[in-house]
Amino acid sequence: MKYVDEFRNAVIAKRLIKKIKDIARRIDRQVCLMEVCGTHTVAIFRSGIREILPQNIRIISGPGCPVCVTAQEDIDKAVAVCQLPQTIVTTFGDMMKVPGTLHSLTTIAARGYDVRLVYSALNALDIAQHNPTKRVVHLSVGFETTAPTIAATLMRARKEKINNFFILCAHKLIPPALRALLSSPKIKISGFILPGHVSTIIGARPYRFISEQHKICAVIAGFEPLDILQSVAVLLEQIRQGSSKIVIQYSRCVKDRGNAKAQQVLKRVFSICDTNWRGLGTIKKSGYRLRPSFKNFDIERHIKFELPRQKQTNCRCGDVLQGIILPFECKLFKKACTPEKPIGPCMVSSEGTCAAYYRYGGRCGQ
Amino acid sequence: MDNKRITLAHGNGGQKMQKLINELIISNFGNPILDRMDDSAVLSLSQDAGRIAFTTDSFVVTPIFFPGGDIGKLAICGTVNDLAVMGAKPQFLSVGFIIEEGLEISILKKIIISMRKAAKEAQVKIVCGDTKVVNKNKCDRIFINTAGIGTVPPGVNVSSKFAKAKDVIIASGTVAEHGIAILAQREGIKFNSVLSSDCASLNALVSVMLKYAKAIRVMRDPTRGGLAAALNEIAASSNVGIEIDEQNVPLKANVKGACEILGLDPLYLPSEGRLLAFVRPDKAKVILKRMRQHLLGKGARIIGKVVNSHKKHVYLNTVSGSSRILDMPVEEQLPRIC
Repeated sequence: MKYVDEFRNAVIAKRLIKKIKDIARRIDRQVCLMEVCGTHTVAIFRSGIREILPQNIRIISGPGCPVCVTAQEDIDKAVAVCQLPQTIVTTFGDMMKVPGTLHSLTTIAARGYDVRLVYSALNALDIAQHNPTKRVVHLSVGFETTAPTIAATLMRARKEKINNFFILCAHKLIPPALRALLSSPKIKISGFILPGHVSTIIGARPYRFISEQHKICAVIAGFEPLDILQSVAVLLEQIRQGSSKIVIQYSRCVKDRGNAKAQQVLKRVFSICDTNWRGLGTIKKSGYRLRPSFKNFDIERHIKFELPRQKQTNCRCGDVLQGIILPFECKLFKKACTPEKPIGPCMVSSEGTCAAYYRYGGRCGQ
Repeated sequence: MDNKRITLAHGNGGQKMQKLINELIISNFGNPILDRMDDSAVLSLSQDAGRIAFTTDSFVVTPIFFPGGDIGKLAICGTVNDLAVMGAKPQFLSVGFIIEEGLEISILKKIIISMRKAAKEAQVKIVCGDTKVVNKNKCDRIFINTAGIGTVPPGVNVSSKFAKAKDVIIASGTVAEHGIAILAQREGIKFNSVLSSDCASLNALVSVMLKYAKAIRVMRDPTRGGLAAALNEIAASSNVGIEIDEQNVPLKANVKGACEILGLDPLYLPSEGRLLAFVRPDKAKVILKRMRQHLLGKGARIIGKVVNSHKKHVYLNTVSGSSRILDMPVEEQLPRIC
């Protein structure tokens, strides 16, 4: 299949692995790389890349799974919305099992409340059009990749005067999270594998602070095995030379300035606000809220929530998301916390670091 | 968290369903025949009679019509296949309908005609049945249950417990087509090419394969939970390790493309007209050749082997020359696909 098979070529993979090993030998010290995107986490595990890297090269996973970083409070809000009369809640698949304080959307659906899976916000808008007597609330999560589609959906809803459609807005932004991460003294990262999809929208410029202020190199990477292997090779070569550039490896999709149209749509609909990340706490200017002209679509404007008091657990997802520990260093991992009964956010999504270690960890992950 | 109610994940063929079956069903109904957990029960009614295979399956797929089939065809093929993969010759079926008040009779007729055609093709007779109607909104249009009986020829002995180290694993064709066809139809997702279900009765293909009955140890149709669930169940039942080569798993380009777009793993998506066979290594080539001569086995391919290490686990050898665990599905990828 075009654009897929050529990026999974076993012969080229072998060549790249050899190159990585050669450079790693010349670096001659421990190097820690961080991949920031949940899709990279899964791609790396699915192709088993961690296990073939040289001993001195480690890849850790950062806070780039939108499902994992959605705050417990936001799930509690969605669960509360479900229980309103004449209400349908729509959500992307992975959000269904994210644990709230008392319920996940899966368990509340099992009690008969109307929760529906959608593949895009436009599906949710369709549901609203077909159910004019009901209120349809879309649990709107995701990074800069997803947000433009939500913005476009709201623009359409406004144009077509669909007034039974709302969103519960929990969008998050990647660069501010990286900034927060790099300001922590515990972090020791020599290079970043940056998210290809997010960068398709925002371009390479918002990451400049990584190289300019922190002197760390980064590669905006694609998601196929060869993309990732090439990105690792490029990072290691930069580390060896002591250079700290932002390189676009995923050049078939990402331009330096990103997607101007999408950025425009985002600006029209959203403004930037502080927001709460599960496991990381509140990060300044790291989220989206609706601008006043779109405020009517914000469900929080129309109802008051009574939320349950949150429980404390020994979950160390915050440390996992910052790359301070690996999942199996957490006492709950594989014992109290499994994909079937997740406690922490990283076990919830199939893109979560802990879930990926659980599923694909295999021989080296044990 | 509320874990006291049934959720859709309890029906997906994965870990939660297995746990429910073990803790509630096996613990209450358990007996040596049920405990084998094969696709059909193989039993003898008296000592001098031959062995029969007996199975049942319910169908709740939505939408009820989809490219490549419908709920009626699926209800026949599903039960025929559960018998066939035990090496049985399917003979008699029962049919139970649960119908929602308000269903158009023309739709019921269309389903029944499709079932008649599928039964004729599979050479099985529908010999008893039941019809119930429930109030509007108490079921979704129509649910169908079928049960089936087949005869197991002497010398045939397959079970998910019989896999042995060095066995060769053959897939009868491209996988995951049923799941992706249902999803595309249900969600109105349009792709350039039509994604069609592989729904088909496998008994004719199996009867060709049974010429080498002694060399066939396990057969399984990878339905709910797909290839990953079927292989994990066999690895656990037989207490063996399994290794699959990612590159050799047959996948149609359009299915692969749709999975890439939707973020689904094809190894977890169901097929309804494919089987996996674990065969003795010395007969693998000849069985594969035989399968390929049959219409339903044209795309058959060797996808992996049974090993002595990592017992009860399935490993996937990836393109990049590494390997990773291929686990049971945990949560629901797609509810109501069969």
